[in-house]
Amino acid sequence: MSPIIKLTNVCKSFGSLVVLDGLDMEVAQGEKVALIGPSGSGKSTVLRTIMTLETISGGEIEIDGEALWHMRRNGKLVAADEAHLRKMRSKVGMVFQQFNLFPHWSVLKNVVNPLRTVLGLSAQDARARAEELLALVGLKDKLNAYPGNLSGGQQQRVAIARALAMRPRIMLFDEVTSALDPELVGEVLNVLRLLAHEHDLTMIMVTHQMGFAREIADRVLFFEKGRIVEAGKPDKVFTNPDSDRTRAFLNAVLQG
Amino acid sequence: MSLIYEARWVFLEGILTTIKITIAASLLAFAMAFLAGLGRLSPFAPLRWLALVYIEVFRGVALLVQLFWMFFVLPFFGIVLDPIVTAVLALGLCNGAYGAEIVRGAIKSVPHGQSEAACALNYSRQQALWKILIPQAIPMMLPPFGNLAIELLKATALVSLITVHDLSFQALTLQQTTMRTIEPFTVVLAGYFLIAIVITGLFRLAERQTNARLGRGAR
Repeated sequence: MSPIIKLTNVCKSFGSLVVLDGLDMEVAQGEKVALIGPSGSGKSTVLRTIMTLETISGGEIEIDGEALWHMRRNGKLVAADEAHLRKMRSKVGMVFQQFNLFPHWSVLKNVVNPLRTVLGLSAQDARARAEELLALVGLKDKLNAYPGNLSGGQQQRVAIARALAMRPRIMLFDEVTSALDPELVGEVLNVLRLLAHEHDLTMIMVTHQMGFAREIADRVLFFEKGRIVEAGKPDKVFTNPDSDRTRAFLNAVLQG
Repeated sequence: MSLIYEARWVFLEGILTTIKITIAASLLAFAMAFLAGLGRLSPFAPLRWLALVYIEVFRGVALLVQLFWMFFVLPFFGIVLDPIVTAVLALGLCNGAYGAEIVRGAIKSVPHGQSEAACALNYSRQQALWKILIPQAIPMMLPPFGNLAIELLKATALVSLITVHDLSFQALTLQQTTMRTIEPFTVVLAGYFLIAIVITGLFRLAERQTNARLGRGAR
């Protein structure tokens, strides 16, 4: 089966700083992949380029067999226009470290408005879908609360419901527990565990929660300096890595 | 004090004229501020340039010169404007240029994560602007817009120089006809101050309203 995400020789630089250095990466449909590695290794940038929040300096990204940053026009490959990017974005959802809920809207409206505005759902359908997902993340009693009145863990669960409601085929999780107080991490991880059972949903998680990555990932990719140094089943990578760099990183993280 | 009492209708007419000009010019200024402020943020280069030229020209020329130019120079080109219309146009356009930078600055100061979340949810650029960025930017615009409205009120005193019978004009006239200086100008001083207080109050109210509507009231 062809991969749902395919990165070929992807390069990304910010000025003279090279963030992604000829990265090749494939993710199969339905696969749950954890990206680990030291900060600045390019893990988050991978997610951000797939979500089109960052452009790429070179290489090619394909989503669902279609080029992300290019499109065919009259048989020629040209730079993607806004319409193409919007079509591609509809396949991908993302959850951020800082939640990024819309503070001027209630919890319900945070989920309902994208459904109405972007997908054009009717008010009833949008509300039904929003309530269903907010119930899934355990926040059915917070529909009318505002983000400013919620804990970080609750905000992040709303953000997950909001992204899921758009029914993307791929979900990107960018360090979604890193901004949370330790006692709130569990409730967000529980939601992710729930999603991991969704057979068709492709999930890519950048995480520092090694135990969690080991528990739910089908595959772990260890990043360093904008490349994948090691990739494999969690049990293999976490207990008997091939690379000395991976071993050193894991020792440092797991002892800390 | 009897002078003031006798001249009360004259003062009242002046105050009403000042208030009318302030309101009309403020409305024009806010409309221009939004047009030019959004123009500066447009992805279309010609719109950005147009907005920039407008802002720089009307910010860069003294208001009095704009008033005189519109009132005394435009007739040479066959455009004769009513003094009140001239006053509203000059004050509105000039303050709109300042306001444009307020609008642009407020929209740009909405945290970047908001645009990123909008992009990730596949909002179009226009949808994100109108539904997510502008509603969050408006509460930030209100305090500087309040300042601007008060500046505008005070600047209306200049329109007495193009024959508009505003509050300042009436005071000057009374001083010349009665040879009294203290009373007319003290009334004028109090008049502007009172209108300014009302403006301040209105903007406070608006701030409280928007904050409540943005769900920040409960915090």
